[in-house]
Amino acid sequence: MTSLTIKDLHVSVETDDGARPILRGVDLTISSGETHALMGPNGSGKSTLAYAVAGHPRYDVTSGSITLDGVDVLEMSIDERARAGLFLAMQYPVEVPGVSVTNFLRTAATAVRGEAPKVRHWVKEVRETMDQLSMDPAFAERNVNEGFSGGEKKRSELLQLELLRPTIAILDEIDSGLDVDALKVVSDGINRVRATGETGVMLITHYTRILRYVKPDQVHVFAGGRIVERGGPELAEALEAEGYERYVGRDLASAGAN
Amino acid sequence: MTSDVPAVDRSERTRSLDPADFAIPLGREEEWRFTPIGQLRDLLTDDLDAPSGSGSVSLDVKAPNDVKVERVSHRDGRRDARLGAVGLPGDRVAALAFAGSDTATILTVPQDTQLDEPVVIRAHGNGTPGADFGHLLLHVEALSSAVVVLDHVGSATYADNLEIKVGDQGHLTVVTLLDWDVDAVHLSAHHIEVGRDARVVHVVVSLGGEVVRVTPEVTFAGPGGDVELLGLFFTDPGQHHEHRIFVDHSEPHCRSNVNYRGALIGERAHSVWIGDVLIRAGAVGTETYEINRNLLLSDGPRADSVPNLEIETGDVASAGHASVTGRLDDDQLFYLMARGIPEMEARRLVVTGFFAELRDRIGVPFVTDRLKSALETELERASAS
Ligand SMILES: Nc1ncnc2c1ncn2[C@@H]1O[C@H](COP(=O)(O)OP(=O)(O)OP(=O)(O)O)[C@@H](O)[C@H]1O
Ligand SMILES: [Mg+2]
Repeated sequence: MTSLTIKDLHVSVETDDGARPILRGVDLTISSGETHALMGPNGSGKSTLAYAVAGHPRYDVTSGSITLDGVDVLEMSIDERARAGLFLAMQYPVEVPGVSVTNFLRTAATAVRGEAPKVRHWVKEVRETMDQLSMDPAFAERNVNEGFSGGEKKRSELLQLELLRPTIAILDEIDSGLDVDALKVVSDGINRVRATGETGVMLITHYTRILRYVKPDQVHVFAGGRIVERGGPELAEALEAEGYERYVGRDLASAGAN
Repeated sequence: MTSDVPAVDRSERTRSLDPADFAIPLGREEEWRFTPIGQLRDLLTDDLDAPSGSGSVSLDVKAPNDVKVERVSHRDGRRDARLGAVGLPGDRVAALAFAGSDTATILTVPQDTQLDEPVVIRAHGNGTPGADFGHLLLHVEALSSAVVVLDHVGSATYADNLEIKVGDQGHLTVVTLLDWDVDAVHLSAHHIEVGRDARVVHVVVSLGGEVVRVTPEVTFAGPGGDVELLGLFFTDPGQHHEHRIFVDHSEPHCRSNVNYRGALIGERAHSVWIGDVLIRAGAVGTETYEINRNLLLSDGPRADSVPNLEIETGDVASAGHASVTGRLDDDQLFYLMARGIPEMEARRLVVTGFFAELRDRIGVPFVTDRLKSALETELERASAS
């Protein structure tokens, strides 16, 4: 079992007006085989947490720690983190002009697996995974995320997740912009990954919709740059009914007290 | 940045076969202001009595049988009437090259001939000191189609005129590969005449050399012409790559599309792109678009990029220009690296991708393959530095 441990994490984002603190002491542990949901209002810092774990250069860890089975993740470069088993499905996947999905996937798989996958196996593996995600094979020849619809981008993130088989996967709003059918396809993909028992999944989401298909073991409520409440799946139901209002209020109070 | 000198001035520039009609450039003149005049060596000579080349550059022509290849004397008095008919030199170095090249090579693709193999012309510089000069005329007659690759390797101080004439409904793809050794200086004037309903794809790939300056000028001999001017350059530390384009739309319903992309890396890497497009009063229904994109791969390089579109008719179909110079996109690198791809390889992918669209547009396998490996070499050199 592998565990990602985040302790008292403080993160600032670089803006034109200087560093702006976003995360104010995040504590979270997630282990392979588990599924967590991280829910919170817009702007609360969920994506910032995801980026900080993945090592985006714009996000600066000012204090706290991130470790993977005790190994300091903050010391690793972005690509080392990925090769160590971390994966981030991005809320806004980036277009890479002139780089085909095929080329990208193969290069990534080669890097993560430590050797180039055998061509015949690989082609079959990609084709089957795309098929399970209801992706047109022609997709592979397109440039990474270029001109993809919102739903296509999310499927493409999931395709990468399934092919790269990380030990810890953070899925940042993988459910946004999906219609019901696509949500089902994407959820099935996540569940396939969970079924291996080898991947810990953190679903970042606003809505409980996806949690009907992907049952979380734990739910964390995120507000004002930190986790303000934890519970089981029932917490998600409560959030759906009541919204985030009371957490936002509480956060302002505690932020004022700091 | 926009030029304060309108394109129309360029069309009214002095044109002459006599180098003495042009003053020695000082570097302040509009057409020389970006060029490192001090590095042009013997191309700036003031001895015009009997300019003659050093003979350092040899041409090797491989052409299918259908192509007529002639070498004609080029000395004053005995000048073949076809030379200078497409375009006369518009600057001193081009005029010097015209006067100084003893023989010219003329390639003719006879009417209604479709070449099924590319013509490959290789210019090789053997490094002999002193300036050498060249003159090449490519004539694709009406209804014919051809692909011509002009490859430049070795070391030389070289100036030449390339005249390209494509007859009515002709179709030519001409690729100039500038893969010189790092100490070469090459100033190359291209004159392109596009016939009625003809199509020309003109590609310049600048990789090598110390100073490379290419000035493609396009005129239309009838309506319906279509020209695509594509350029790729990879400018290393200390290199100067300059591309000055002039498209002179004087005929109705012609189309021009200029698309240049460059990557620059290191100290004193300098690229210049000037895109002058003039749409004259009679050129109704013109469609034109020009764009230059530059990618700065490190601190230190300088990319000058000046689109300049001048429209004298109220009736254009479409006209636009753009110029974008920027660094490698952090988010693109992040995305690739977040999938385990090491930084160097991620950079390679992004840069290769940046050129891919243009590379694939050239549509000549011989050239795209060569380009792929040339870019690989460039990127390896860049990542090693
Ligand atoms: N690169 C950035 N530059 C400036 N501000 C940023 C940047 N990234 C994040 N922020 C700010 O940090 C705060 C948290 O943003 P973040 O994207 O992490 O929130 P989120 O919880 O993911 O929101 P959403 O639910 O809308 O995705 C916001 O106020 C946002 O404006
Ligand atoms: Mg977000």
